[in-house]
Amino acid sequence: MTDLFGFPVPVILGQLMLGLVNGCFYAMLSLGLAVIFGLLGVVNFAHGAFYMLGAYGTWALLNFLGIGYWGALILSPLIVGCLGIVIERTMLKRLTQIDPLYGLLLTFGLSLIAEGFIREGFGASGQTYPVPELLQGAVNVGFMILPIYRVWVIVASLTVCLITWFVIERTRLGSTLRAATENPQLVQAFGINVPLMVSLTYAAGVALAAFAGVLSAPIIQVSPLMGSSLVIVVFAVVVIGGMGSIMGAILSGLMLGIVEGFTKVLYPEASNIVVFVIMAIVLCWRPNGLFGKG
Amino acid sequence: MEHPRQRQLLYLGLLTLGLVAPWLGVYTVYLMTLYCFAIFACAFNLLLGFGGMLSFGHAAFFGLSSYVTGWLITSLGSSTIVSILGGVVASCLLSVVFGYIAIRRSGIYFAMITLALSQIVYFVCLEASFTGGENGLQGVHRGSILGLDMAQDSVMYYFVLFCLCAVFLAIERIIESPFGQVLKAIRENETRAESLGYFVNTHKLIVFVMSATLAGFAGSLKCLVLSFATLSDVVQSTSGEVILMTMLGGAGTLLGPVVGSAVVVTLQNTLADKVGSWVNVIIGAIFVLCVLVFRKGIVGEILAYLKRKER
Repeated sequence: MTDLFGFPVPVILGQLMLGLVNGCFYAMLSLGLAVIFGLLGVVNFAHGAFYMLGAYGTWALLNFLGIGYWGALILSPLIVGCLGIVIERTMLKRLTQIDPLYGLLLTFGLSLIAEGFIREGFGASGQTYPVPELLQGAVNVGFMILPIYRVWVIVASLTVCLITWFVIERTRLGSTLRAATENPQLVQAFGINVPLMVSLTYAAGVALAAFAGVLSAPIIQVSPLMGSSLVIVVFAVVVIGGMGSIMGAILSGLMLGIVEGFTKVLYPEASNIVVFVIMAIVLCWRPNGLFGKG
Repeated sequence: MEHPRQRQLLYLGLLTLGLVAPWLGVYTVYLMTLYCFAIFACAFNLLLGFGGMLSFGHAAFFGLSSYVTGWLITSLGSSTIVSILGGVVASCLLSVVFGYIAIRRSGIYFAMITLALSQIVYFVCLEASFTGGENGLQGVHRGSILGLDMAQDSVMYYFVLFCLCAVFLAIERIIESPFGQVLKAIRENETRAESLGYFVNTHKLIVFVMSATLAGFAGSLKCLVLSFATLSDVVQSTSGEVILMTMLGGAGTLLGPVVGSAVVVTLQNTLADKVGSWVNVIIGAIFVLCVLVFRKGIVGEILAYLKRKER
């Protein structure tokens, strides 16, 4: 087998695969953040907490109600989405007229509450979740061994990302949504229920985070703090990509996941900080982000 | 408190309270921790309350300084003063770099960028060899300052109280200086301040560095008070705590951060062993309440009440 930079190719491909999986999570989460920020003007710090709740929902559905992976894939995002609607209607709604920083602080507080509750209820240590039977095992494709579950994660999340992109950029619903982002008063004057749309957008954004949580449940330890470090990486991804663009959020998520995977091979010590360092470089070079306007 | 006379009396009263507190049987280490966080929150308030910039990564400066001070004492055996200075200078230099990057964006982006940058410091402290990884640096001796034995809690207590008063007065001075006035102008209307000929970015960078340097000072004092530097000094939740202290007390008021840190540190001290993880839930709930119904903070609300009464 040939070497690349002094590392065997299968090792590199394996890390690349892991990086791509992480990139898919970054893409789904930053996509949700971008959609929510577009319409609500809120940077949703609780995004990581919703991701964590999605994973715990999956675990709880199996252990308390006996509902398996495929049921959880639908149910868990739905439950988290409903929770999102409640939060939007009771709290975020009151912050529309004031500095967006308050939205960030409010959602930060909410994520502390969610983490505290989960830690008190299920303990600080991680829970494990089995890989669903249909997706167990791995296939040998000649140059590397592909674990089927990870391939599924990539396919499922890319599909969801592309559907979201299509709905927002190419459908009538999406164009109304984009119009409401530009000028909510005017869209409301056309007889469209903007407050309902705002609630549903927030719900969809956090449901996307929960969906990512369900996908991640079988491959990582489901723990109370799994979302809080991830959300910071996703913030950096969003700063790099520029928050205005849907495709920008998806692409920069995937790209940074892959870069992180590469760093794990070349210089493992730096893999935790590489995204932040890239962010700093991008800011010096293009302060509005790679895909940002202006 | 618009009247300088009243204000002076209030400060004098608080100072007396601080001076006699050890004789009233209050645990001095608890008070010293409180003062360190009060310095931290006052420094943070300089940036948020008067500069209008929300940094979500101030623990990086607090924690880095704490680690550098601890390392200078345990590994190099430096004197206490040199170690404090070393920590403060390290935070100052770091803040020049972080500030230069972060002030390119404002508002919500500034918050996200400072948060992301502070994670670099966290991971470096987690993985570097001089920080002791998960254990942190233990057994940092306080040594002596100007011949005074800091190992005695009573001596250390008055030193920390002196530092708090010095930082407090320094911040008051900064805010009332022409520089502070320009800062307020930038906070209220950045474009207008710029069109009046002020170098907005230079002012922003200077206040960021000032705030971070003082936060570093608080960090190195904390390291001396508790005799250790750990990852909890540098972790993201500490950045969140200092925001809460400032907001709860009242951002943009001088005494607010002191009051806020007193409330938060006391809450953590009294609740930690009784309710476990519920502390986080309570802190989170205070955050939510602060944002929804209590945006001026404790001191801010009192000031607003006094103003209404005067009319």
